[in-house]
This record gives sequence, structure tokens and C-alpha cells, in this order.
Amino acid sequence: MKPPPFRYHDPRTVDEAIGLLSTLDNAKVLAGGQSLMPMLNMRYVLPDDVIDINKIAALCYIRETDGVIEFGAMTRQRDIEFSDVVKARFPIIHEAILNVGHRQTRNRGTIGGSLCHLDPSAELVTMAAAHDAVVTVAGPNGTREIPFAQFPVTFMTTAIEANELVTGVRFPRWPAGHGYGFVEFARRHGDFAIASAAALLETDSNGKITRASVTLGGVSVTPVRVRAVEQALIGQKGSEDFFREVCEECRKVAAIDDVHAPANYRQHLATVMSRRALVAALGRVGKA
Amino acid sequence: MSETRKIAVTINGKRYEEEVEVRWTLADFMRQQLGLTGTHLGCEHGVCGACTILFDGYSARSCLMLAVQADGHEILTVEGIAPSEEQMHPLQEAFRDNHGLQCGFCTPGMLTTLLEFLRDNPDPTEQEVRIAISGNLCRCTGYQGIVAAALDAAQRLKAAKEAS
Repeated sequence: MKPPPFRYHDPRTVDEAIGLLSTLDNAKVLAGGQSLMPMLNMRYVLPDDVIDINKIAALCYIRETDGVIEFGAMTRQRDIEFSDVVKARFPIIHEAILNVGHRQTRNRGTIGGSLCHLDPSAELVTMAAAHDAVVTVAGPNGTREIPFAQFPVTFMTTAIEANELVTGVRFPRWPAGHGYGFVEFARRHGDFAIASAAALLETDSNGKITRASVTLGGVSVTPVRVRAVEQALIGQKGSEDFFREVCEECRKVAAIDDVHAPANYRQHLATVMSRRALVAALGRVGKA
Repeated sequence: MSETRKIAVTINGKRYEEEVEVRWTLADFMRQQLGLTGTHLGCEHGVCGACTILFDGYSARSCLMLAVQADGHEILTVEGIAPSEEQMHPLQEAFRDNHGLQCGFCTPGMLTTLLEFLRDNPDPTEQEVRIAISGNLCRCTGYQGIVAAALDAAQRLKAAKEAS
């Protein structure tokens, strides 16, 4: 339960960090440390070098411009939780982040670290999928942008290269008056969700749904958008019974089967969580 | 011997300058190198909350930080909560009076967590207290005494503030 020996680096700039990543063979980037540190303590990871990016001040920011919010990779989950802009314009992110671990872990944990760790039940990863976020990645040849749909490759594996570093992530804003709902099922508050669902809705003046985003967390190896549900909602008026019927599609999602829950239980929870998220979202349409 | 670094850190108001192995966690550094064994280590992977400290005023798990990361920062541990050797903090008094501890293993983490919580939420509801300590495991009390102590401490702190 003690980290193995490693060399420690604490670069002050992104360029310095990229330089280290490009020359070191078996290096791990240390962001907030709320996942990597347990893995080091348990020796699930055995890096030769640890690159601590906590001193790169340029990666800590929350900026809002033209309906898009951008978080620097090292922005603490705490700062997102207490951001007035997030609370007012991205209320679903505020709702979701209250389920990320505990106060003690949110004080340290970062959004970039969460995205790169890519835990299947991570709330911030689910948020990125729900919003079609765009991840900015820096490498030896400059920066590139990865739409979130292409960011997860598979279980806890991202599309970033070994010599690249996530520097920020942009979330496009849903218009004022959109409905939102995030719900999750975990054994205890702050535990990893066995299943979670995020719903975003827009309706026209007749109450018909014009745009929908429905995302499941914890169910599959990565958070997934349930396109079949989203499409079935368009042009319809929402109701709990209608959502119940539509959310049956979630039973078809390929689910994780592990010690915490069998696949069919996760699929069942997916139908319930997505319905509850949609009911919450519908109830909030036009309210903000 | 693996790589070491020299760090300067202020813990409970006292400045320490120490050579530390870079792979050491902050918790092990405080307990083994400085002898500050008030901070307890239960799970060593960020689940039990016993090792919670205040890092620049914010709660953090000291098993999930490296000692080198504390260089230039200020830390408060359970040893630094009481105003003096003769006098306990109102939060500690509330724990004593409400059976907020039995074996005492989780207490350092409970106290540091609640110190931050009551600073940010001086008038909490029972539900808010339960969420605040959801990252701290206690196997003795069934949490009832701890929740009662936290609510009592909020009243004591408020009374102390109004009196001053």
C-alpha cells in the first residue's frame, strides 16, 4: 500500500510537460491524484516517472464565451461545483458534480484528470458525452481537438497519444429554458454509480420535444448516448408513461457484468434512471 | 533509496524543512518522518477518510497526495485543532458530549472534515451533515453520535461567534 519508487517531475508549463512525455518511456501524468494515487498505492500502476502537472497554473481556468464554457484541464472539481456561471447556465453539470466523490476528493480532483481516467461511471465523463464536448489536446506538433464522441476508445482508454496532454475541454451551452436532469444509483452517497442517466431537453411553443440528449453512465464500458431514445423523443410531447415506453430501448445497451451488478440489472437500472432523468428534465423546461 | 527532495511545509503553524522520498505519501511523511501520528491511515486508497487534513484550508485525503506536493503549503491536522493544550475546540467538546467517538480511529478525519464543513455551512441540516461525512467511514458509532455532535458544534460555534 505504498507507491513504488519513481522519478518525480513538476513542470511549470505545458511545453515542459510535453517535452517530458516525449522523452520518457513509462511516465504517468499526475493531475488531482484522486484516481492515480490509489492506483500507485496499490501498485496497479508502476511508472518509472511521474509528471505532476499541479504547478502548471495556465491549466486552471473557467471561461465562458459565446455560449461555450471552457474548463482548463487542471480546474478542480470544487471550482466547477461553486462556479456561478456553471450553476446558472449549465445547471446539469452542477447537479452531476455533487455526485462526484466527496468534498475531500472534489477539492483535489480535476476535470482533465477525470476525463483522462475515463471511469465508466464518472459523472464528468457522462457530462462531456451529454454535451458533445470538445477536448483540446497538446502534443509535440501543437494542439488538436477531439470531439467527445471520438475521445473514449474503450474501457478506461482515451484517444490521446502517450506524448499528448489534455489541456482543456469545451462544453457548448444549451439555450436558456432547456430542461435538465441527472440521476444516479449508487450503494452509498459518493460511491461509484452502478448506473446514472443525464437528460437534456428542448421543446417548441406547443410543448413538443425538438432536441434531446440522453446519456447513460456506469452501464457500459464508457458512458453512452442512447440515440434510439433521443430520436424517439423528437416531435413528441413528453410524459412519464411515454418516457417509460421509450426508455425500454436502454435495455439493449451492452452492459458491464461485474461483482457490483450483473448486466441485466444494469440494463434495468438504465431504463429507470433514464426515465427519471427525462421526467426531471421535462419538469424544468422553461423554468430557467 | 529512491529519489528525494527537500521540502518546506507549515503544519499546525510550525514550519518543517525536510528531505523526503518523492514516492512517499503526505500521510506517511507526517506520521513516520515527523511523528505526527494524529492523522490516521485506514484504507490508503482514498475511501475511508481517516487521513483527511486541511490543505491550505481545504479538506483533502493525505493518502492521496505526495509529500513533495506539500512544499510551500499550509496543513492543519487533528493535532492543530484545539486552541491550546488545556482547551478543546468547540467541535471536539461537542464530540465528547454527544458520544461522537468510540474507538477514535475515524475521529481525526471526522473533525477535519467537519471543521471545513461548518466553516462553509454554519447552520446545516441533518441531511447536509450526513452528506458532508459520507466520505468518512466509522465502524463504531453508527454515525448517530457524530451527526448529533456536528449539529451541536454548529450551535456552539454560532454562540461563540455571537458572544465575541
